[in-house]
Amino acid sequence: MTASTAAPARLRAPRRPGDTIFSGAALVGGLVILAALAAVAVFLIAQSIPAFSAEPRQITSTGEYANFWAYVVPLAFGTIWAALLALVFAVPFSIAIALFTSHYAPRRIARGLGSAVDLLAAVPSVVYGAWGIYVFAPFVRPFYVFLNDALGWIPLFSGNVSASGRTILTVAMVLAVMIIPIVTALSREIFLQTPRLNEEAALALGATRWEMIQMAVLPFGKAGVVSAIMLGLGRALGETLAVAMILSPSVIVGFFLLRTENPTTVAANIALQFPESYGVTLNVLIATGLILFVITFAVNAASRAIVGRRGGGKGV
Amino acid sequence: MRALHSDPRRITLKHLRSGLVIGTALTAMIALTSCASNEAPASGGSGSAGASGGAAITGTLNGVGSSAQSNAQTAWTKGFQETNTGATINYDPAGSGAGREAFISGGADFAGSDSALKSEELSGSFGACDGKGIDIPVYVSPIALVYNLDGVDTLNLDASTLAKIFSGKITKWNDSAITALNPDAKLPSSTITPVYRSDSSGTTTNFTDYLHTAAPSDWSNEPGDAFPYKTGEGAAKGSGIVAAVTAGAGSIGYVDNSSAGDLSVAGVQVGSDYVKPSAEVASAAAEAAEVDTTREDNDTVVTIDRKPTEATQYPITLVSYLITCQTYKDSAKGTEVAAYAKYITSTEGQQAAADSAKSAPLTGTIASAAQAAAATIK
Repeated sequence: MTASTAAPARLRAPRRPGDTIFSGAALVGGLVILAALAAVAVFLIAQSIPAFSAEPRQITSTGEYANFWAYVVPLAFGTIWAALLALVFAVPFSIAIALFTSHYAPRRIARGLGSAVDLLAAVPSVVYGAWGIYVFAPFVRPFYVFLNDALGWIPLFSGNVSASGRTILTVAMVLAVMIIPIVTALSREIFLQTPRLNEEAALALGATRWEMIQMAVLPFGKAGVVSAIMLGLGRALGETLAVAMILSPSVIVGFFLLRTENPTTVAANIALQFPESYGVTLNVLIATGLILFVITFAVNAASRAIVGRRGGGKGV
Repeated sequence: MRALHSDPRRITLKHLRSGLVIGTALTAMIALTSCASNEAPASGGSGSAGASGGAAITGTLNGVGSSAQSNAQTAWTKGFQETNTGATINYDPAGSGAGREAFISGGADFAGSDSALKSEELSGSFGACDGKGIDIPVYVSPIALVYNLDGVDTLNLDASTLAKIFSGKITKWNDSAITALNPDAKLPSSTITPVYRSDSSGTTTNFTDYLHTAAPSDWSNEPGDAFPYKTGEGAAKGSGIVAAVTAGAGSIGYVDNSSAGDLSVAGVQVGSDYVKPSAEVASAAAEAAEVDTTREDNDTVVTIDRKPTEATQYPITLVSYLITCQTYKDSAKGTEVAAYAKYITSTEGQQAAADSAKSAPLTGTIASAAQAAAATIK
């Protein structure tokens, strides 16, 4: 190695067993993930095939859906509708909490608040479901009655208010609580990475703290926040148990927030119908799962595209 | 300073996650050990009971099926294992459909199901059987109509009114159809919220079968495990129904009588009387049920009379079945299943379920038919 002549004989590091083992393990790890994903996709597609030609009586025992698409379209709608409503509540709160912990709060409070929000992520969804039914739904119902009285002329708030408060709006708010920790934690890390120089330059030019955030922090963090929101959206799309427990579900398409009849989600519907299903009905449920898989895949691809185009998304 | 901010919190999150994993694992372990503790130490006062007579049974049986039977299966498992200390019975209450599916494929040794084997299932082959599977009625339970209406302690309904309420044709509590049945009650003008099972359920099958049979002109839909109307509120499982009715003033729902709790229960018209659900009236309904004679010998399937004339019977009664092979390929398995089925259908087994699951014990002819079928399992 110390032989010094100029001839640029390539120096090769001796291959130690550790290197070989580690690179092999990393390769196997990556391949296993791909194989698992492929296995899931193959399973979903293979099991879904009979569903596309299912008879009405095989889709549900009531035979009210003429074909598979008449059944799955309202479910897909409900899935996206519930998730978008959840984002409406979650995103402003998450960004506000993230900015507060990264730029406003004294360090001690920021640390406490940060762990409290992280703690929300550790609560199992069955607990959220039980809390939603027994505590939250009865609690929000009086507000729903008020909304219906005051704003009933807006179609969103029209109709008979649910007697128990178990509506899509309640579900969306519970989902929001479940995705706030995800979006908050990621956004906070992004905001903390804003270059110190940019912030100080803004302040030196006479910007207030809010103006500094507008000029330096938010533009820097935009791509990262978008991908954080997409991760939250993914969680909301797939959430099963809390929705199944809280929602009063129907297979319908409708933009109403306070009524007893609400569109339900693919995942919740599978969870509710799976145990008692058999034969082609099972294939139909698995096929709805395939549709959810496609939706989630599309959401992830879209978020990748957004983050990629904007460039910035460091470390997310 | 920023770095200080971010790092410790990350660690906290990771710790929380791994803490959660460990916690879950611990809970699972505790659950497993407590299951196991049911099985082993019962040896103390066992020898005397001797329900099945012959030598003690050993081996493991795996059953999958109806969640309605879950509590009863726990009681039966415990009772059976006290007598047969070498035997282990596992019952997974995954649902009737899942149970039949697992049994047919040979994955489960027996199934519990709220509906009997269907003709298309009987025409196929059964994984564990030398021949076909059979149904044995083992679990009878009345379905209660629970409601939440301030100041109304007694509510009487008939099939036609119930059908109209649950299909959304009657929407107010002071509708003339309801006041006609309840002349003494002070019925408010508030909206009725019918609460139905949002999951597929044998309870829904039995309730819709009652409405369809007893009031066909008001309920034209064929009975099925999915609720056919989109009016009203859906709730998951019996506990969800109870929660929704408890929270919603003006709600009415149907739920297994054992989970009705403190909610008010409506009386159902039978003849000129009104009957409330109880073990006695449900047992009587099961005893009077008609046996399906088109099926093979020992495949004991009954049809509850949804329009009884005597007020000793409750028409909205659920009968749930034990599904086993007539003859098992593995004869040791056959012996064990037979012993378990004999115990379940015995007076002692039925009483054990009635005590812990509040089901209605099998009595009279249906009990002897079930016992006879259980005795033929090989």
